[in-house]
Amino acid sequence: MNSSKLAIALGASLLLCAAPASAATIFVSNEKDNTITVLNGETLETIKTIKVSRRPRGIVLSPDFKELFVAAGDGDIMDVIDTKTLEVTRQLESGPDPELMAVDSTGQIIYIANEDDSLVTIMDIKSGEVVGEVPVGVEPEGMTVSSDDRYTAATSESTSMAHIIDNKTRNLVGNILVDSRPREAKFTKDKKELWVSSEVGGTISIVDTSNWDNPKSWKVVKKIGFEVEGVRPEQLQPVGMDFSADGKLMFVPLGPSNRVAVIDTATKEVKDYILVGQRPWHGELGPDGKKYYVANGLTNDITIIDVESLKAEKSVPVGRLPWGVAIMP
Amino acid sequence: MWSSLFVRLPKRRKFLATLVALALLVPASFAIARGETPEPASPAAPAAPAAEAPEAGAATETPKAPPASAAPETGEAPKAPPADAAPETGEAPKTPPADAAPEAGEAPKKNLRVVYLGKEYPEPLPLSYAEKPITDKGIQGARLMLKEGNQAGNLVGHSFELIEAIVPENGDVVAKAKEVLAAGERFIIADLEPADLLAVADLPDAKDAIILNIRSSATSLRQEDCRVNVLHVIPDYAMRADALGQYLVWKKWPRWFVIRRDTPEDKDYLAQVKRAATRFGGKVVSEKVYDLPPGARNLDSGHQQIQAQIPMVTEEAYDHDAVWVLNSDDDFGDYLMYRTYLPRPVVGTQGLQATSWDKSYTESGAMHFQNAIPRLAKRPPVERDYTAWLAFRSIADSAMKSGKTSPAEVKAYMLSPEFKLEGFKGQAMSFRAWDHQMRQPIILGGGTRVPVSTSPQEGFLHPTNVTDTLGFDAPETKCKFK
Repeated sequence: MNSSKLAIALGASLLLCAAPASAATIFVSNEKDNTITVLNGETLETIKTIKVSRRPRGIVLSPDFKELFVAAGDGDIMDVIDTKTLEVTRQLESGPDPELMAVDSTGQIIYIANEDDSLVTIMDIKSGEVVGEVPVGVEPEGMTVSSDDRYTAATSESTSMAHIIDNKTRNLVGNILVDSRPREAKFTKDKKELWVSSEVGGTISIVDTSNWDNPKSWKVVKKIGFEVEGVRPEQLQPVGMDFSADGKLMFVPLGPSNRVAVIDTATKEVKDYILVGQRPWHGELGPDGKKYYVANGLTNDITIIDVESLKAEKSVPVGRLPWGVAIMP
Repeated sequence: MWSSLFVRLPKRRKFLATLVALALLVPASFAIARGETPEPASPAAPAAPAAEAPEAGAATETPKAPPASAAPETGEAPKAPPADAAPETGEAPKTPPADAAPEAGEAPKKNLRVVYLGKEYPEPLPLSYAEKPITDKGIQGARLMLKEGNQAGNLVGHSFELIEAIVPENGDVVAKAKEVLAAGERFIIADLEPADLLAVADLPDAKDAIILNIRSSATSLRQEDCRVNVLHVIPDYAMRADALGQYLVWKKWPRWFVIRRDTPEDKDYLAQVKRAATRFGGKVVSEKVYDLPPGARNLDSGHQQIQAQIPMVTEEAYDHDAVWVLNSDDDFGDYLMYRTYLPRPVVGTQGLQATSWDKSYTESGAMHFQNAIPRLAKRPPVERDYTAWLAFRSIADSAMKSGKTSPAEVKAYMLSPEFKLEGFKGQAMSFRAWDHQMRQPIILGGGTRVPVSTSPQEGFLHPTNVTDTLGFDAPETKCKFK
């Protein structure tokens, strides 16, 4: 980069700092630093490092992008950051040890996994009031809400299950056994499948949900495994899962193998393995769907992957032990 | 050092060839495993309590399918749990989710009873007055899994019970075993010393039982004294010596000075340290039996004596890179640290230890266990809590994933390739077919606020599973299941 380009970039970033209107903003939770790194999506420079409560892991934006929710496991609290001022403006009494959460499409309800209590806490976002608690398996983690807001799926790491919660009645309506240590679950947009990643089992289970009205009938119909030459099989541990914007690809950070797997969602075959930093767990697609951003826990950076070419383009330093990524357009 | 390691590779090639040959035999050994466990004794038809049972009133017969929450008080618990822990123990999930209930109601739950068979052997006193002796090692881990097993089982139509059968120090644990076996119990978590373990395993009624060893690291139990009805959850001395040996060789500290007591445990561990040296390119350069009496626990000036004594007893050793202390009675090992004649790190039963659980371990979700045991036991977890939890978990996981509850079917699943147990070690654990030892990564920690490392170490290779570089591999086993 020559100096004039640098100057332009710098100038641009300064401008963007003043009015972060056009470029995307990337938020990364740093589990060990107790901070959120805020990056400019275009320049990839740090705009701000926000101090939060202890051990921030799961981070999720509200559907209107006005608020960022940060689960602080050791703080037993959920910090709420105003995405305009980049300050913690309030806290939600999430219950003990929150790890991951999901917000419904209306932005009214947040579903929180309380890892230590084996509970899913259901909370009204505006009032911060707990409107329901659903006991699930031991060590719940992954949380996701279906596109029609009808169901929430929670995975319990120790119990090896995906639990299905009916969001209207707030009851448990299904429990599906999957491979060891399920970390995340995601419904397909068309509501035909639920994907569940099993970290220690080393597989992704695909649950047929086409009988949408009857979760009790949902069954695992396929398991996807991973294989990379020269990498020990026990290092291929799927954790996070993110569908591409068109739903044709699934990105799966594979933890200790230092790779992100790309799965063709139609054929259910692994298409590619992309080498990133060390121990990637969670990532997020950019707003236009052209880039995938993955947090590398042990190298303290994020890697940016180009969705079209499936190439890792660049890595950018963030805080210590980065865990989750959220992106605001 | 590294070159010597790689020179050793061709030898390992031979291993590979043998291993491939052995792999072909594996299905056969499964067949044997299945074949020898005949018709499970029906839990529905328990015999009357055996006549020779010493405490007739203690019979642990239970109704066929009691509600899951009836579990905790099933067995008589000689060691009364803390009053406030009791209700928590077997309690099913807080409130069974309303909508899940009908699911459970569709069919009666598949119930499975697990016996915790133990004896109050005298435990060595901690070297420090500041540490309290722990009298409930192990059982607390089983109680935790009872709670967690029912929490999970409740959702998929399974329930679990825990029968606590722990005899006092002068009690007859074999008689107790006969009693529970006569009552039809077949799943046994064994908190037993080797002689008692073998006596129980060889009982006629135990032939089709599944006995999970959570206490003894004796290598003979995995070698010449192996039993087809016994599975070992706790690592043996061979695995421990290999885990530390790999680390020391990786550190390029290959010359070892062993100082030890002369108990059977210490002699066993010594043999495994020598074996690890041969395997990985280390060497035991000096060896000494520490035979001074265990005093000083009670002496005000004890530290002064120790300060003068330890340099003297360690002075005569040939130059070495590390000190191995083998002191399973825990009565002098800690004195070595910072007091040896040469400034050397101490590893073994004190100092840096190879263990399946350590109070400093927090990785791969381990904080769950670190937090859960103190809620139940009012103290941090110890290794035996973890092995008991893991043993019960092996049974519960196999039952739920296979949908079976008969001993033969659960055992078949436990020994099958489908069995992939999660237990906070970042990789699936399973049982080795050739000696029924659980393959597992080993934590190197103890005495440090953060763990030092986890073995197997980088660079130690194995044709099929690097975790099998720890302990007796298939080609080396002396175990012949009859």
